[in-house]
Amino acid sequence: MTASTAEPVEQTAPAPQHPRRRRSSIRRGQTIAPLIFIAAAVVLFALFFVWPGVFGFIYSLSDYRGFGTPDIIGFDNYTRLFGDPEFYSALGRTFLFVGLSVPLHFIIPLGLAVLLTTKLARGQTAARAVFFLPWLISPIVNGVIWRWLFGENFGFFNYFLSIFGIGPVQWQTNGELALVVVLIAGTWGGTAFTMLLFIAALRNIPQSYLEAAAIDGAMGWKRFRRITLPLLAPTSFLVVLLTTIGGMKEFAMIQALNGGGPGTENVLMVQYIYRTGFERGDIGYASAASMVLMVILIVIALIQMRFDRKDVQ
Amino acid sequence: MSSTQTQTQTTAVPVRGKKASATPGTIILWVLAALYAFPLLWFILSSFKPGSELFSLPLSILPETWTLSGYESAWSRFNFARYFANTGIVAVVTTALTVLVSSMTGYALAKYKAWWLNVFFMCILATTMLPTEVIMPSTFVVIRDLGLYDSLPGIIIPSIVTATGVFMFRQYFKTVPDELLEAARIDGVGEIRTFFSIMLPLAKPMAVTLAIFSFQWRWNDYIWPLLVLNDPNQYTLQIALRSIVGADNIDWSVLLAASVISLLPMIILFLIFQRQIMSADMNSGLKD
Repeated sequence: MTASTAEPVEQTAPAPQHPRRRRSSIRRGQTIAPLIFIAAAVVLFALFFVWPGVFGFIYSLSDYRGFGTPDIIGFDNYTRLFGDPEFYSALGRTFLFVGLSVPLHFIIPLGLAVLLTTKLARGQTAARAVFFLPWLISPIVNGVIWRWLFGENFGFFNYFLSIFGIGPVQWQTNGELALVVVLIAGTWGGTAFTMLLFIAALRNIPQSYLEAAAIDGAMGWKRFRRITLPLLAPTSFLVVLLTTIGGMKEFAMIQALNGGGPGTENVLMVQYIYRTGFERGDIGYASAASMVLMVILIVIALIQMRFDRKDVQ
Repeated sequence: MSSTQTQTQTTAVPVRGKKASATPGTIILWVLAALYAFPLLWFILSSFKPGSELFSLPLSILPETWTLSGYESAWSRFNFARYFANTGIVAVVTTALTVLVSSMTGYALAKYKAWWLNVFFMCILATTMLPTEVIMPSTFVVIRDLGLYDSLPGIIIPSIVTATGVFMFRQYFKTVPDELLEAARIDGVGEIRTFFSIMLPLAKPMAVTLAIFSFQWRWNDYIWPLLVLNDPNQYTLQIALRSIVGADNIDWSVLLAASVISLLPMIILFLIFQRQIMSADMNSGLKD
């Protein structure tokens, strides 16, 4: 491998003093240098991905509580997990949350990206900064902001609704409404990210394609559906993938917003793992839940990749 | 095609004779912008209301009496200077190391050919699908066994390698012509010096982009500081905020002020790097 890049170097080099020694030192340099370049990443990768991955699986088969030596107890943790209604509730809520939040993270940012890149609207630079701001806000503060707005006795929304004689709405104590609030907060915080992805992709569409479509009489919605949307397929795939993963690991914002409440109704998977592993100190059991989440994510990724291959071709 | 193309800059797409009206689009855009701006605006304005006004009906958008009392009590009750220092150290150190490690790794993956580089690349590729949250119990055990529990390095070290950073640099260095590297070799410049004195300076735009993202991720990070830190003196801003939210009875005037204080560095950073952030090449597969 290294020879193929080293050879032409020798031929064009202006008569080096010791051709043989020189060439071998370049070769050696070209083998050792990449090793040095990736050394730190390899060590960190092994320590924080491979090791925890392998040990996570081992712990999931044990009664490890974070101290002492773990005893291997086989698949007991998994049996317990699949008999735990709280686990099913967390899993179901996570799927529901992802299922609802992915379309929200897709349609709204795409619409905004179109409005911000075409001549359909004015004042785009200023508007873009407004949509961008929520991205700066940490998930914790995001949760706090919406908790403040949706407060049941003092929040802005209930006050606003009370003007029309509605309410007070139980935003925090009704499970379904609490999920709606989580979805609103998540969409608000996540719009900028996917919006920027779509803006970059829209800018990359060659103007000539759109002009050609215009000549053929395809304008507006028709042109968008026939030309723009298919050309956005790779970005759309990326957006769906990233927002699915993002939804599956949602944690901080919900912690600050309603702590997974009311009760445990809005506890999602990561919070379930956190509660069992760190609040109850049941590392073995939490590792089993982690493994299940990992398998789910791998399956989702594989399914999405299949769709991606079909879409792009 | 050229016959229908208009010369004016205002219409990107030729529409026979008449210009498409931008009014409906503008209205929709700005109504949405108002909706997006409102939560933060309401939150910030509320933070300037005295405690009594926060809950007195009817609510008013602007504070009737402007006050900094929320800020004063937040600042005196919590060790914000310490939280800022801790968060700043974590964000700056992690960002610097992330840029360094990502650029070196991305460079090696783009410019050298070896089977083990391909294997490593596949491994990195696999982690993009898996957030670290799915293996957090065992990662926590690793951090603890390495003696990093309850220390800032315990947050910094596991966050250095991000697949995103490696990808960004790999993509970037692929676009740098190989001739440049070969020329350096002919001149007898060592491989490592070539990287630091020629390649890394070339990749400055990418480094700035990754640095901005990395800083934002680390400044706002929650889950690892939550797991790793125990001593309140080590708390980062997000953990300190959470301790106010987690209290049985939330002191809203303190919480509002403290939240706004925690936002300031990010907003300042945004104002400085606005152009780079907005034009960042987001398609290099961003994921924390």
